[in-house]
Amino acid sequence: MFFADTTIRLPHARAWLGPVLWLALALPPVRHALEATMTLQMLAQIPLLALAGYRPRPWLPRRVADTLAAWNRGGVSGLLLISLTAMIWMLPRTMDAALEVPWVEMVKFAAVPLLIGLPLAISWPYAGFVVRGVFLAEVIATAFRLGWLYLVSPQRLCSNYLLGDQQQLGECLLAIGSALFLWITWKLLWGRFNSIAEPRQPRRAPSGAAHHRSRG
Amino acid sequence: MSILRTLLASLLVLTAGVFTLSAVTDRFRAFTSETALRISVREHPRAMPPVLLQTAAGKTVGFAGLRGRWLLVDFIYTRCMTYCSVQGSEFARLQQQLAGPIANGKVLLVSISFDPAHDGPAQLAAYQQRSGMHGAGWIAARPTDTAGLDALMRVFGVTAISDGLGGYLHNSAINVVDPRGRLVAIMNWNSPQAALRYVLRRHDNQVASR
Repeated sequence: MFFADTTIRLPHARAWLGPVLWLALALPPVRHALEATMTLQMLAQIPLLALAGYRPRPWLPRRVADTLAAWNRGGVSGLLLISLTAMIWMLPRTMDAALEVPWVEMVKFAAVPLLIGLPLAISWPYAGFVVRGVFLAEVIATAFRLGWLYLVSPQRLCSNYLLGDQQQLGECLLAIGSALFLWITWKLLWGRFNSIAEPRQPRRAPSGAAHHRSRG
Repeated sequence: MSILRTLLASLLVLTAGVFTLSAVTDRFRAFTSETALRISVREHPRAMPPVLLQTAAGKTVGFAGLRGRWLLVDFIYTRCMTYCSVQGSEFARLQQQLAGPIANGKVLLVSISFDPAHDGPAQLAAYQQRSGMHGAGWIAARPTDTAGLDALMRVFGVTAISDGLGGYLHNSAINVVDPRGRLVAIMNWNSPQAALRYVLRRHDNQVASR
């Protein structure tokens, strides 16, 4: 998802996946199942809600997209919005409140797709090497920070979840942080990194394509 | 141009984000719901709901009937083999340390079961015996109906979840109710000394100001 070169050319057909996924997630049995553990809420429900907002990017009218782009150079404003929104929904207090207070749950179901998923789809293609690097470094750091906190905290941070569950989430976050780190290292050494949204060269362009490659 | 606009947009996003974060964390003080609950209670004391309780002695009392004393309230279920049994011995110890104010009718310890279906007077009495209760000043009770239980759980902010082994996990705490019948503080269950100091300080001030 993060390095999706296909973002801009995403077929409209796949955009429908967004609302369908959102409705599926909103079904009470699915909602309860995904909120049964802290790990599922944070690592399945919230990312899937974000995906539900990420998909419908092609439906954004051209004019709106252009106006937004003028205020979102390099995807900076969008990625900042994503970071702050994610920070709010990762707080133990909001995870608890989403379970206990219906309107908080509704806000979550609106905010995560619209303020995390959609801005990601809009901003990521504009983000250059440095912005992507900073953003991903922050994602990795957050995974490690939170993972460590959840793993070592002797107290339950959410009243609605068990301590073992909290520790499991901690382990998962450390694993995700490590995996992202390894993936980025691999990407820096061998991969394509600098795929900015500009009219792109065809894949097998005889020359010029090499400029887009950044080899560490 | 678009650099300046982006800068402006980012500043707006940042400001809105910081304001929202501040709002959802009670000005960066509460990152967990338990802390938020404690701040809320401290800043806005909560009136006791008109709930009737059946005690281990089989008597029925309401919170209105308990006014005029400091109450130290905790929530338990008697089948609990972990926290609640420790909570019980802590209450027995508090009962000793507060013997003076208890004898003067200024302080009362109250353990409320959130498992009223199972915890009848007999179970509650056995719980107190097991915990080392001695003499008066500590009542164990259960709400007489489920509406009462719900109201109590809401006011005291108690969340009990199944631990998957037939028991419950719950946010244990020592709740302080003042003589006017308002929940004014929530303290850690494992530091009864803090609750003790809290009550004694206020109790002594009351006595001194007379």
